[in-house]
Amino acid sequence: MKRITFLLVLILILSLALTACSAPAAEEPAGEEPVAEEPAAEEPTGETEEVVFGVFEPLTGAYAAGGAMELEGIELAQELYPEVLGMPIRVVVVDNKSDKVESANAATKLVDQEKVNVVLGSWGSSFSMAAGPIVEEAGIPAIGTSCTSPLVTLGNDYYFRVTFIDSFQGVVMANYAYDVLGAEEVVIIQDISNDYAVGLAKFFKDEFIRLTGNEDSIVSIASYNTGDQDFTAQLTNIKAMNPDAIFAPGGYSETAMLVKQAKELGLEAPFLGGDAWEAAEFIEIGGEAVEGVVFSTFFDAAAPLTPESEIFINAYREKYGEDPASVTALAYDAYILAIDAIERAGSTDPEAIRDALAETVGFDGAAGVVTLDENGDAVKNAVIKTVENGEFTYLTTISPK
Amino acid sequence: MIDKKNIIRLGLILLVLAVLTILNNTMGKYEIRILNLAGIYIILGLSLNVINGFTGLFSLGHAGFMAIGAYTSSLLTMSVIQKESNFFVEPIVPWLANVQIGFLPALLFGGILAAVLGAMIAAPILKLTDDYLAIATLGFSEIIRVIFTNTQSLTNGALGIKGLTRYTTVHYTWGIAILTILFMFSLRKSSYGKALMAIREDQTAAEAMGINLFKHKLLAFTIGSFFAGIGGGLLAHLMGTIDPLMFRFLLTFNVLLIVVLGGIGSISGTVISAIVVTIMLEWLRFLDGVIDLGFMTIQGIPGLRMVLFSLLLMVVIIFKQNGLMGRDEITIDSLGGFFARFRKKEA
Amino acid sequence: MSINTFFQHLSNGLALGSLYALIAIGYTMVYGILRLINFAHGEIFMISTYVVFYGVSIFYLPWWVSIIVAIVITGLLGIIVERAAYRPLRNSPRISVMISAIGASFLIQNLAIVIFGGRPKSFPIPDYFNTVIQVQGVSVPIVNFFIPVITLVALVILIYIIEKTKTGMAMRAVSRDYETARLMGISVDNIVSITFGLGSLMAAIGGVMWGLKYPNLIPLIGLMPGLKAFIAAVIGGIGNIKGAVLGGFLLGMTEIMIIASLPNVTGYRDAFAFILLIGILIYKPSGLLGQDIGEKV
Repeated sequence: MKRITFLLVLILILSLALTACSAPAAEEPAGEEPVAEEPAAEEPTGETEEVVFGVFEPLTGAYAAGGAMELEGIELAQELYPEVLGMPIRVVVVDNKSDKVESANAATKLVDQEKVNVVLGSWGSSFSMAAGPIVEEAGIPAIGTSCTSPLVTLGNDYYFRVTFIDSFQGVVMANYAYDVLGAEEVVIIQDISNDYAVGLAKFFKDEFIRLTGNEDSIVSIASYNTGDQDFTAQLTNIKAMNPDAIFAPGGYSETAMLVKQAKELGLEAPFLGGDAWEAAEFIEIGGEAVEGVVFSTFFDAAAPLTPESEIFINAYREKYGEDPASVTALAYDAYILAIDAIERAGSTDPEAIRDALAETVGFDGAAGVVTLDENGDAVKNAVIKTVENGEFTYLTTISPK
Repeated sequence: MIDKKNIIRLGLILLVLAVLTILNNTMGKYEIRILNLAGIYIILGLSLNVINGFTGLFSLGHAGFMAIGAYTSSLLTMSVIQKESNFFVEPIVPWLANVQIGFLPALLFGGILAAVLGAMIAAPILKLTDDYLAIATLGFSEIIRVIFTNTQSLTNGALGIKGLTRYTTVHYTWGIAILTILFMFSLRKSSYGKALMAIREDQTAAEAMGINLFKHKLLAFTIGSFFAGIGGGLLAHLMGTIDPLMFRFLLTFNVLLIVVLGGIGSISGTVISAIVVTIMLEWLRFLDGVIDLGFMTIQGIPGLRMVLFSLLLMVVIIFKQNGLMGRDEITIDSLGGFFARFRKKEA
Repeated sequence: MSINTFFQHLSNGLALGSLYALIAIGYTMVYGILRLINFAHGEIFMISTYVVFYGVSIFYLPWWVSIIVAIVITGLLGIIVERAAYRPLRNSPRISVMISAIGASFLIQNLAIVIFGGRPKSFPIPDYFNTVIQVQGVSVPIVNFFIPVITLVALVILIYIIEKTKTGMAMRAVSRDYETARLMGISVDNIVSITFGLGSLMAAIGGVMWGLKYPNLIPLIGLMPGLKAFIAAVIGGIGNIKGAVLGGFLLGMTEIMIIASLPNVTGYRDAFAFILLIGILIYKPSGLLGQDIGEKV
């Protein structure tokens, strides 16, 4: 009897879960019909005549949000550019579960089983790093989307990316704090369990000390962990130090809470951060408290950087009815850069694509003009944004020196 | 008779090795990767089985011991240049900067350090029972993770370690897995193993029989941590990259799932379920992606895979508490019996 | 440290501590009766915040109605979890029950990811709760006044239920000994269900308060508060409601004060809670207010 009850409950829960999810799932195919049917329609003519783009992104786990935004960019790009060299492009998406082991598995599956020509992804540098040795060994080129850690491409001839790297971003924000805000003393509060935040904090610190010539200009470095919700103790300490500005690299959901609590504690110093803040949830959670924060990022819909930006923004607005996020633009760029490289190479051979990618100069992406340096990192402009009246607002564009 | 059994055993091992060599040469990289993972999960499952299965102590700290093994062996196999390029936020501590040893010694060293720390951690908390012990070991594994996140100049903190030479091959994983299996069988046969199981069945009675509870529980923890450390080291050199986030509770959960499914206490059960779970974790990946049934496509639901695994764990523990094998084993005798019956039927 | 900064820390610690206390009450009740670490408690807590979120933002319920709905649904969920995951194992080894509890916790967590999605949601806060009050240079968000009051009211009500009512008497009997309680004509199953319901209800209240203070909803939010509440319950003496409140306050205060006095070790914060837990388990396993129960042979 008990067991029957238990089974009933299980079935109930499962059916609940399935109905809850089948609703959006049922709607979606209608909207995405062209994507779903494209490969199917081509199939009879020739099975081998297709190009396969492998995408690995965190679709579940702690960073599912980032993965979802990037996937939107890739889906949109595929709708606009379904073909290369007259062949249809098939996109294979695998989930890396916000986990390094899974990420390596996912990448192995892409290069080995799906026989992809190019790998795209991933949100999160550590997941991209886990895939690094796998794509290198397989000789398949990979294009990173929003992974900004210098280590992703370092010493790896097959990993490229369409984003600038953290060292550039840290320098940009340190200069902003020094030149624009006139800050002399800055406190850093970083997510110590987040590689991105730790790297960014380091580059900011080095540059800021160089600018001020004062070893003590970084008054203090406080830390917290991913998933923390209470920052009042750290912030109360910071308030007592009375800094000119606070650099707070970390994920958007933690930092939104952090800035909110800072304002509640009466901390007036301006907050500076990195690209990870740019998500609608940052403003939803932070509310009025995040007004006036300043951060560097890749792209702004209000200030199109290239003709491609306009195409992307318009298509995105039409499909989703809102403005795209930066990482969506980067994922879009990764896709179209892959097409560009295949066209320049005139071949779908991974080695040829790799060589073409390495020579990318002045490529017009949605998120700016991309030139890849000797490491495979994009040298491109950074956009500085703030939050004004509950919206991300464009402040200025900073070019690499 | 004993000789004959030993010959059969040796034959079986050689057979497995031969099959592995063939698989290694014929399978694609993706399958080999899963094969490697299966070997590692066998080692991990068996190591947890010593603590949870043989001795009946409930430990949830496995990820922490694995982290110790993984970090130790990685820091020892890295070249000076690898260390320099990895530790760009803070330079590595001087006494580690110029050390580099071979893979096997590094692995062993990782296992030993995990065992020593495992014993040191376990010693004060062994008197705790059941759920208290579980939560204390969970606490220690979290503490280890927090420490590794914060010691920038020792572990490179959240940035983790990247670009490890990927030494781990099928020969290492399965070779060590087979050694582990043999060790577990002989451990269970030995007087130590019998004492451990006596503790599991009835701690008070075991103590009354003159079994030193502390010594034996400590032994179980030390052995368990040692193999967890080895498994962690193999995993690190399979992945080529590690960071503290890899060693969350979820990793312990996966290993626990293997032990429970296989039958808590059973060696062959653990081995089989390690292989099955590893393959299933991969195979069920389709649940998270788009499911194409030909006539219709179902949008994949991210997370469904883990839902299924937690359901599986609960269903097994509620309806078939003994798991796949209970405490039974597939042995030469039982195999012999099986074939004998088979032959009789044919006749 | 200036005197203002000190009082600010004190106020922060009080708010955090009373939140831990609120969640720990439910945890400790369930443990008291089943001798089982209900790993799913944190997940039940998480569900309550999502129910309020969906109540307000999708069904446009008034704020207070959503809270009542959340408390009811969460209470029921607690009862369901007990029936499905724990009751079938009542006579099994405790390891089995614990594995089942871990399974239940992962199951609810991942179902939440499947149903609610991984992206964070913003907990709806009425404007009133966004006010910050300045007291002698110490900033106190208004919600920080509510939490300790609600915790204490809940404590008093629960103590009344447990000490003065028939149900409470039955609960105490069941927590001592199932068999004897059953012989006394107590329906053990019902009492366990009621306890789980009450405990989950407390989790829901804790969840709502948590959401008001930290309006950042992700399917994983139950994890750390759940563990911290458990630690608080152990510090106070698990099974003891007053102990849970005391433990919660102590834990919150310790966390804040360690960071306040040692600003360089902020990254180790979560380790302190666990070190405290292990210390208590080793030196005073029965907790500060718990009674020593010898091992049953």
